[in-house]
Amino acid sequence: MTALLDMNRLLDELEAGLREIMAARGVESPALIGIRTGGVWLADVMRKRLGLEEPYGELDISFYRDDFSRIGLNPKVMPSSLPFSTEDRDIILIDDVIMSGRTIRAAMNEIFDYGRPASIILATLVDLGARELPIQPDVTGKVLTLESHQRVKLRGPEPLHIELQETGQ
Amino acid sequence: MTVEQAPNRSLQLTADGQLRHFLTLDGLDRALLTDILDTADSFIEVGERSIKKVPLLRGRTVVNLFFESSTRTRSTFELAAKRLSADVLNLDINTSATSKGESLSDTLLNLEAMASDMFVVRHSQSGAPHFIAESVTPGVAIINAGDGRHAHPTQAMLDMLTIRQHKGGFEGLKVAVVGDVLHSRVARSQIRALNELGAAEVRVIAPGTLLPRDVESLGCSVEYDMQKGMKDLDVVIMLRLQEERMEGALLPSEREFYRLYGLNQEKLALAHPECIVMHPGPINRGVEIESAVADGPQSVILDQVTNGIAIRMAVMSMAMGGQVAERNQKQAGRAQA
Repeated sequence: MTALLDMNRLLDELEAGLREIMAARGVESPALIGIRTGGVWLADVMRKRLGLEEPYGELDISFYRDDFSRIGLNPKVMPSSLPFSTEDRDIILIDDVIMSGRTIRAAMNEIFDYGRPASIILATLVDLGARELPIQPDVTGKVLTLESHQRVKLRGPEPLHIELQETGQ
Repeated sequence: MTVEQAPNRSLQLTADGQLRHFLTLDGLDRALLTDILDTADSFIEVGERSIKKVPLLRGRTVVNLFFESSTRTRSTFELAAKRLSADVLNLDINTSATSKGESLSDTLLNLEAMASDMFVVRHSQSGAPHFIAESVTPGVAIINAGDGRHAHPTQAMLDMLTIRQHKGGFEGLKVAVVGDVLHSRVARSQIRALNELGAAEVRVIAPGTLLPRDVESLGCSVEYDMQKGMKDLDVVIMLRLQEERMEGALLPSEREFYRLYGLNQEKLALAHPECIVMHPGPINRGVEIESAVADGPQSVILDQVTNGIAIRMAVMSMAMGGQVAERNQKQAGRAQA
C-alpha cells in the first residue's frame, strides 16, 4: 500500500494534470485555494511547482457545512483567508481527499460569497469514490478503493505523507 | 446591596460540555471562553467580505425580546442573526403584549409555538433569562442580552475579544474598571472573564457609593483614588454612569464625578503608554470620559462595536449548535430504546 502512495509521484501526477487542464482551458494566472488542513499544504506545494507568485488562499468551510443541524458547530473553526478577490478569477481549488463531495459543495458556496469566479478547477490528491453529490475532480493524483474499515489521512506539512488507517472493524 | 447569585452551570451546557444557552460567564471555563473568542475571530473575517453572510442558521428563527430599551446591543444582535442567515423578529415588549395584560410566560409560549429557535433576552430583572431557560421554554436557546444588575455576558466577551486583539492575550495584563460598578451588569461579567482568562490584576476604581458592598468577592482590588489606580494600567474600561437607575444621592454632582473619576488625557498619561481605553457605550462625553480621549489614538471604543457583532454570531451559532446536537442525541437515544 505504501508503495502505491509514493507522495512525489502523486504530486507529479497532480502537477502534470493541472498543467494540462490549464493549457487546455487557457488559464494563465490562476488563484490557488486550499481547503483546511490538508488542502492548504497541497496548495503550498503546487504554488511552488507551478511557479505562481501570488500567495494562496486558505478556506475553512465550517460555516458552510451541511451537517450543522446534526452535530452543531465545529469548535475548531479558524478564519478563512483569501488574499485576493475571487471575482472573475480562474480558481484552482485543492483538497487532499474527495469522497462524498460535500466538502467541495461547501467550499464552492463559500468561494462565491467572496465574488463570482470565472472558473473553478478542482484538484484532489486522492479520490476515494463513494460520491454522494454530482461533483467530480478535474485532476486527481490517485484513485483508490478502500475496504470499509480503512481510512486515509494526509499528514504534514513536513514531510507530506499519506497515512493508511485500519479502524479495526 | 449584595452581588447577585449565578444560575447553575449545567443549565447552560449540554452533557458533553457544549454551550446550549448563554446566560452568564459563571461556570464557563477558560477553554470554552477561548473557543468563543476563536470562533468570533472567524466571524470577524466574514464581516470583512463583500457578502457578510454565512448559512449556519438558515431557516431558524431568532426573536429579540427586549423588555428594556437598547440601541447598540439590539442592533448588533439583529445584524449578527441576519449575518448567520436567521430570520429575525424584534419585539419591544414594553409596547406590545404586556400592555394588554398577557403574562410573560404566555407571551413566550406563544412565541415558542411560532417555532422560534432562539430568544435573545434583555430584562430589568436579574435572572429573567435564566428563569426562561429553566422553566418556560427549555427547548429554545436563550441568550442573555443583559439582565438587571446581574450579567451582560456578550458585552464582556466582546470586550475580551477587543483586549486580545490589541494586547495579544491576557497574561500579565493590568486592567481597571472605572465608575458606576454598582449599577453595572457589564462590570460583573468583565471581572469574571478577566480572572478566568488569566489577567494579572483587575482593579475597580470608583467612589464607595458606586461599589457593591462585597465587590472584592468578584475577584478584584478596590481603589478609590483614580490618580493612584491608573498607574501601570494596560487596559482601562470606563463604565457609563447609570443615573436612570440611581435612587437617592449617590453622587454629589456630575461635575464632581468627572473631576474625580472622569478619564481625561492627564489621568490617562499616568497609565502605561500603550494603555487602551474602552467603554461599552453609550458614552456620556464630559461625564465619564473626555472627548479627546474617547476619540483619541488609545481609544478602541469603535472596535468594541465591530467585535460585538462577531461575538454575538459566535455565541448564537454555538448555542444553536449545542441545542441541535442535543436534540439529535435524544432522538437517537429514543430510536435505540
